[in-house]
Amino acid sequence: MISDPDVLSLLYLVAIVCFILALRFLSSPKHARRGNWLGGVGMLVAIATTLLLEGISNWVLIVVAAAIGSVVGVIGARRVKMTAMPQMVALFNGVGGGAAALIALAEFHELDGVLVWDEALSVALSALIGSISFAGSLVAFAKLQELVSGRPIVFPGQNVVNVLILGGAAALAIAIVAGLEEQWAIVALILLALVFGVMFVLPIGGADMPVVISLLNAFTGLAASATGFVLDSTVLIVAGMLVGASGTLLTLLMAKAMNRSIANVLFGAFGQVQAGAGQARADDGRTVRATGADDVAVQLSFARKVVVVPGYGMAVAQAQHDVRQLADLLEERGVDVKYAIHPVAGRMPGHMNVLLAEANVPYTQLFEMDEINPEFPQTDVALVIGANDVTNPAARSDPASPIYGMPILDVDKAASIIVMKRSMNPGFAGIDNELYLDGKTTMLFGDAKESVLKLISAVKSS
Amino acid sequence: MSQLTFVLELTILVLAAFLGFEVVSKVPTMLHTPLMSGTNFIHGIVIVGAILILGFADDTFTKAVGFVAMMLATANVVGGWFVTDRMLEMFKRRPEPKKDNPD
Repeated sequence: MISDPDVLSLLYLVAIVCFILALRFLSSPKHARRGNWLGGVGMLVAIATTLLLEGISNWVLIVVAAAIGSVVGVIGARRVKMTAMPQMVALFNGVGGGAAALIALAEFHELDGVLVWDEALSVALSALIGSISFAGSLVAFAKLQELVSGRPIVFPGQNVVNVLILGGAAALAIAIVAGLEEQWAIVALILLALVFGVMFVLPIGGADMPVVISLLNAFTGLAASATGFVLDSTVLIVAGMLVGASGTLLTLLMAKAMNRSIANVLFGAFGQVQAGAGQARADDGRTVRATGADDVAVQLSFARKVVVVPGYGMAVAQAQHDVRQLADLLEERGVDVKYAIHPVAGRMPGHMNVLLAEANVPYTQLFEMDEINPEFPQTDVALVIGANDVTNPAARSDPASPIYGMPILDVDKAASIIVMKRSMNPGFAGIDNELYLDGKTTMLFGDAKESVLKLISAVKSS
Repeated sequence: MSQLTFVLELTILVLAAFLGFEVVSKVPTMLHTPLMSGTNFIHGIVIVGAILILGFADDTFTKAVGFVAMMLATANVVGGWFVTDRMLEMFKRRPEPKKDNPD
């Protein structure tokens, strides 16, 4: 039993230090895993310390709840495919936010609503942010899992409705801070925040998910931090804020990589088919050239330098292992193979890196946009696998294009470009890709996995 | 809670924010997905709050709410940690000479 508050605080400090080190160790893949173990130790210290507090009871409930949660957590973590990692992260964001909101609700109830203003503020914020994160994450999960359409879901006056809902929730929060002691107030606050969470993620399309997931990550962190104020717990405040800072930073990075403001991502409902704007019309006589696997295999085998540009299409087709096998074959033939990773390729920050790491691609072969762009002019073949908007030269050249100004991978500067794509459907932004009309570009239509498998056998026999 | 502790807590919060930005900005883009799932795991610290609520609950409502919170928070902690570990294990493989990596 721990009854000395200083001992308690010191043990929580140990946990805090472990969490900070866990993040620090993530600065290199070499010791990142050790960092996670250290974070695990910190969490165990925090949990054990709390359980040893004097006066803790309801042991049966605690153990049963923990057992159920552990089973669900372990099964989820072991079963999830690396391609489904964005959904998984969304889900974990959600449960964390939900827990924070429930803690606020329980605390409000325990105190019968009689709270000093700063306690009331923390309870209100924890309930508000936690609920938004919970509901928003579940919608993001549903979209990524394709339980609902990944396209933006919009209706007229959406932003007005959203502002009204959030305004209502904020008004309730202010009333609670001002001294409203009724329990319905916190319940209504949570319900409104849940509705808002759903409404604010619904209009956001799949390609904007990297921004949304990062933002929800930040929200859950902040909710945990607010819970720390409610319970006067330094470890919650610090750990929550570390997550809040990390999520905020990632959100900013992702928005920057798309050259869009966060407000534009959240309220712009990007990705509807935008009439007129930036439609590179094909009526100037240029046409798309399609080709077969055999031709591509020859081109690849005799290249000196090939840059692979993976995108969400590779993830959808689960083609990462086959891509790596193809790259290995080419390397055996003396071809220099590199991978170019756009920061927003896929559905979450770093999505492509994880997939390729899963396929055992050494991380020294993965290059960020700024590193690889100067190399495209010396590249014989740029092999674009299921990536689209991040390669569209219109982002550089066409001020009318919705993606104008977005930093892209300069694949059009390679000597030749092969685009593997399911069909000529436009990419997520709903705009045509001028790259496909380039005289140096040939298209290999079909599912990414099947196409890569065909390429592998063609390269083997050539 | 006295005003002083509130201000102290706010001080800790702000310092943690700056520290967080500082530490996280050193994480390479390559590791951004593990960073997300790792921070996912860290916000599982709400489990401390869930234990405090459930452990000191004496009416049915608080017990019920605390129970659900405890379940969610445990799933968050356990799942977040295992997923991150699984991912980082893949990154750990050193490049070394290429072709001796059969699988």
